[in-house]
Amino acid sequence: MKSLGSIRRDFAPWNDPSAKPYIQFDKVTKKFGDFTAVNNLSLTIFEREFFALLGASGCGKSTLLRMLAGFEEPSAGRILLDGQDLRGIPPYKRPVNMMFQSYALFPHMTVEKNIAFGLKQEGMPGSDIDKRVAEMLKLVKLEQFAKRKPHQLSGGQRQRVALARSVAKRPKVLLLDEPLGALDKKLREETQFELMDLQQELGLTFVVVTHDQEEAMTMADRIAIMDKGEVMQVATPAEIYEAPTSRFVAHFVGNVNMFEGRVAERTADTTRITGATGAQIVVDNGGAATAGSDIVFAIRPEKIKVSSKKPADAVNALEGEVYDVAYLGDMTVYHIKLDDGQMVRASAMNASRVTEDPLTWNDRAWVSFRPDAGVVLTR
Amino acid sequence: MTNIAATAAPSPAAAAALPTRLAKRFVDRLVIIVPYLWLLFFFLIPFIIVFKISLSQTAISMPPYTPVLDFRDGVSGFFAGVRELNFDNYTWLTQDALYFNAYVTSLIIAGISTILTLIVGYPIAYGMARAPATIRPTLLMLVILPFWTSFLIRVYAWIGILKPEGLLNQLLLATGLISQPLVILNTYTAIFIGIVYSYLPFMVLPLYSSLEKMDYSLVEAAQDLGCPPTGAFWKITFPLSLPGVVAGCLLVFIPAVGEFVIPDLLGGSQTLMIGKTLWNEFFSNRDWPVSSAVAVILLLVLTVPIMFFQQAQARAQEQGK
Repeated sequence: MKSLGSIRRDFAPWNDPSAKPYIQFDKVTKKFGDFTAVNNLSLTIFEREFFALLGASGCGKSTLLRMLAGFEEPSAGRILLDGQDLRGIPPYKRPVNMMFQSYALFPHMTVEKNIAFGLKQEGMPGSDIDKRVAEMLKLVKLEQFAKRKPHQLSGGQRQRVALARSVAKRPKVLLLDEPLGALDKKLREETQFELMDLQQELGLTFVVVTHDQEEAMTMADRIAIMDKGEVMQVATPAEIYEAPTSRFVAHFVGNVNMFEGRVAERTADTTRITGATGAQIVVDNGGAATAGSDIVFAIRPEKIKVSSKKPADAVNALEGEVYDVAYLGDMTVYHIKLDDGQMVRASAMNASRVTEDPLTWNDRAWVSFRPDAGVVLTR
Repeated sequence: MTNIAATAAPSPAAAAALPTRLAKRFVDRLVIIVPYLWLLFFFLIPFIIVFKISLSQTAISMPPYTPVLDFRDGVSGFFAGVRELNFDNYTWLTQDALYFNAYVTSLIIAGISTILTLIVGYPIAYGMARAPATIRPTLLMLVILPFWTSFLIRVYAWIGILKPEGLLNQLLLATGLISQPLVILNTYTAIFIGIVYSYLPFMVLPLYSSLEKMDYSLVEAAQDLGCPPTGAFWKITFPLSLPGVVAGCLLVFIPAVGEFVIPDLLGGSQTLMIGKTLWNEFFSNRDWPVSSAVAVILLLVLTVPIMFFQQAQARAQEQGK
């Protein structure tokens, strides 16, 4: 497979077969009564990785995090941290710290007492505690708020206190449960980058739980997409977006067009697909699809070109009518109703101020895409 | 744009709303007046009457005390009465060690009982607050259930349990734990049992409400930061439940100091508590003025420290903000 474009740092232990996994979920199952929150799940996380668990609420991602922190014990399977089986180790003896979704700041303690709490438990000498607390306050830029109580702080400041408190003990792994969930959009975006810088600076392993795909895409080295207690795909953000392995993942992350169809012909590097409604599609990468099998062809809106005339060189071109146009400023989104009835969403960057080929409601239009623009999904 | 205009100059609509706003404020005040009137008629006025009686002398008459501070001889008579006022009854209380001892014993018994009630009540409240949300209303109901039976009957029932040939002794003798019946009835132990039993709901309810409000993730956070469960309890749960502890202790301590029924029924004749002393003065000695003085002092002993305490608490809260 061709390598997918990535602008990330040169860090990919998951591609290195000799790299030692740091956190290992080994066939972990967690049941609450009849409800299976996590189902026979295996997952590997590497040292210094920024790992995101992404999924809708109730998919088991928080349960996974709580099992790692020690608040829940797996019903079956093992969790290993740096080679050590965590079974039976209570939360207060695990070398992991958690940043809670509610922040869980102790309301009766000042900011500095909150940050010092974990260090005191460790039995660190007082002068060292003071030094570390000062260091942490500086790290999160809250030096002048040391004597305040949590209710005297803003939401963003509380979030930073929670962060400082959870990294003060220098844990092997920092667990973050929806760390930015309670912040407003602008603050959230700033904090995303702060979190990434902090992780780099401290060299910690971060495991973050989130339901916000943008947050996961921005921050994480790798993302695990979860659904109903199972991991659907673990990959880098670029791979998740450009090469989803299932309909669920393709649907869950970003916008996508899905063509139901059947593989009409399969050769070494081309796959011809006949759409359920008659469209003919040719693609380079057929994946695991065999001739005659029912598949779904998934293609992202920005990979589709919309034009008023059929492009001369297009391998895949389908004709239809403009059903809807949405001008969003930076881009324009077209909804094209193909002649076979299928609706296609296409987006075009507004790279220049004047559109050369303006299309409007009810115009005849062609949608075209390259043979490598989409993916064939078999499940 | 319209918003800017509206803030720049008072709009006619706002001006028209002013009388309505004043009327509303008056109604708001009115709502506060109701409880104050209640307190005026059923607390302050009776208290003034009791205070007035405490300044008079006993007499063989109906009612059994000499009139003091009334308007029978007009306003001038009232002021003449003021000049003749004497605090003999209060001096009397200081002269007879009985009263001082009764006050002190009452405070000590109430204090010990309050601590015992707290020790018994805290785990109950904690268990309730941590119970599954579906069964919490049932547990709450069970705590309140004893109130369906008369207080007097419930205290009476304890006589049957605690007496030498009572249920408790029979059970302990039958199981072979003791060979001689325990003497519990008519001792201070029986008073403690009675007070703890009777006032337990007043301790459990405020504790429960403060514990239930607490975010359990705080305890998880403490454990996550390396604090074992017992440490997390003393460093997080207990300090955060202090308002409930204070409320519960006051609700138990205050009535326990003046408690009469429990020491009378369970404590026997030799126990000395101020509630019993007051009852004896009033009904046996028919000395209304002295018993009124006892009651006034009791009220001062209880309210003055609590007022200071609440003021200190309010100040601490003010500083916290």
